[in-house]
Amino acid sequence: MALLTCQNLSLGYEGKIILPDLNFSVEPGSYLCIVGENGSGKSTLMKTLLGLMPPVSGQILTGDGLTQNQIGYLPQQTDAQKDFPASVWEIVLSGCQSRCGLRPFYNKTEKERARAAIERLHIGSLSGRCYRELSGGQQQRVLLARALCATKSLLLLDEPVTGLDPKASADFYQMIEELNREDKITIIMVSHDMQAALQYASHILHIGHSVFFGTKEEYQKSDAGRFFTPEGGDKR
Amino acid sequence: MTIFDKLSLYLQYPFVQYALIVGTLIALCSSLLGVTLVLKRFSFIGDGLSHVAFGAMCLAAVFNFTNDMPVVLLITIIAAVLLLRTGNNTKIKGDAAIAMISVSSLAFGYLLMNLFSTSSNLSGDVCSTLFGSTSILTLNQTEVWLCVVLSVLVVGAFIFFYNKIFAVTFDENFAKATGTKADLYNLIIAVIIAVIIVLAMNLVGSLLISALVIFPALSAMRVFKTFKGVTICSAVISVVCALLGMVISILAGTPVGSTIVAVDLAGFVLFSIIGMIK
Repeated sequence: MALLTCQNLSLGYEGKIILPDLNFSVEPGSYLCIVGENGSGKSTLMKTLLGLMPPVSGQILTGDGLTQNQIGYLPQQTDAQKDFPASVWEIVLSGCQSRCGLRPFYNKTEKERARAAIERLHIGSLSGRCYRELSGGQQQRVLLARALCATKSLLLLDEPVTGLDPKASADFYQMIEELNREDKITIIMVSHDMQAALQYASHILHIGHSVFFGTKEEYQKSDAGRFFTPEGGDKR
Repeated sequence: MTIFDKLSLYLQYPFVQYALIVGTLIALCSSLLGVTLVLKRFSFIGDGLSHVAFGAMCLAAVFNFTNDMPVVLLITIIAAVLLLRTGNNTKIKGDAAIAMISVSSLAFGYLLMNLFSTSSNLSGDVCSTLFGSTSILTLNQTEVWLCVVLSVLVVGAFIFFYNKIFAVTFDENFAKATGTKADLYNLIIAVIIAVIIVLAMNLVGSLLISALVIFPALSAMRVFKTFKGVTICSAVISVVCALLGMVISILAGTPVGSTIVAVDLAGFVLFSIIGMIK
C-alpha cells in the first residue's frame, strides 16, 4: 500500500485555488522530488502534506501504518534560528516532543532515539556544541537528525541545500541517499536543483503550468521534463 | 560600616522585607520567558501588555474597585492572547498590533483618569503607575501572598512546559507538523506573560517592564550557548540585578524601578564584555 496518496487535491489560500486537482501517490522506499517554477505552489503543497494548512478540496490519505504526525520534516531555516542559543543535543531531542504528550520531560527511550539519530548522521562530536556556531551543512544535519527523531518512515525536505556551498550540498545529498537506500526511509524533497533531482530521485512531481507525475525516466521523456532538463533545454 | 548599619536598620521594617521578597520573585518570573520572547521577536510585548494593564488599572480606579488585581489580570490576559494570535495570519502584523494596542490603551487609560478621577494628585498617580515609583514599598501582606502564589504558579508552569516551550520557540512549524499542539502552548506562553506583566507593574511600573523581561535574557545570551544555560543564567542575573537595584535605591533614595533597570543595563554591558573576551 502507498505511504501517502493525494486524491483530487486542490491547494490554495482562503478558498482561492492555486494548484487544482493533484493526483499522486508515494510508495514506501521511493525518493520523490517535487519541482516547479517559483510561485507554482511547491511550499503550499508541502504545508498541506504536513497538515499545516487544510486543502481546498480533495484528500491526503496515509497508509502503511503512517499517521500524519509521523512525517519527519526538514524546514527551511528561519532567521530566529540563526541566533538561537541551543545545543545540538537540545535541538535533536526536541524532535521527540510529540511522543511526550503531556509528559513534561523526555524519557530514556526518547533520549536513546535522539542519540541514535545523532550517531546515524555522524554528528556525535558536535552534540554539545552551540547550534548557531555550526556551519550551514552541519546545521542541516542537526535538523535532519531532529526530523529522524520524529519519523520512522517518511522525510519531507523543503529546499534543503539552499545556502549551502557545493561541497556541503553534495555531502547532504549523499546523506539523504544513504537514508533512502540503507534505512529504507521514503524521501519527499521540494527542490530547485533540477540536476540533483534527476540524479537522485526515483520519481518526479512537476507542478506549474503543466503537471507531471511519474518516474524519473518517464519525466525526462515528457514535455514538462524536456523543457527543464539539460538535454532537452536547448531545443526550445 | 555605616552603609551596612543603615541597611540592617532598613531590613527590620516589614515593608522593606516585603519589597525585597516580591522584587526577587518578580525578577525571577520575568526573566524566564525573556529568551522565548526575544527569539520570537516579541521583545516589545512587555511594553504593549503593560500599557494595557495601565489602561485596565485606570478603568478599575474609575469604577472604584477596592482590589483591581483580578480585573487587570483578566484584561491583560485577553490582550496577550490576542497579540500572540496575530503572529500568523491577520491583516495587522505583530509589531504593528502591539504598537496599536499599547498606545491606545495608554491614551484611553489616561483619558479615563482625567475625566473621572477622584484623586487630588492625578499626575502623581499616573507617574507612579508608569514608573512604579513607590507602590513596591506600600505592599500589604495579602498582596505579598498573592504575589508568592502567582510566582510559584508561573515557575511551576514554566518548568512543566519547559521542553514544549523550547520546541515551539525553536521551530513552530516543525512542532505543529509533528503533532505538538503549538497553538495551545503559545496560548499558555501568552497567559504566563500576562501574569508576569501584571506582577511586575508593581516593581518597575509599566514603562520599564520590557527591561525586566528582556535584559537578563540578552545578557545571558552573550555568554551561554545552550537553552538551559541561558534560561538558568538569565534567572540568576535577573534576581541579582533586582536585589542590587533595590538595595541601592533604599540606600541612595533613588526610584526603585529605574535603579533596577540601570543595574540590568550595567549587567548587560558586563556580560557583553565577557562574551567578547571568551
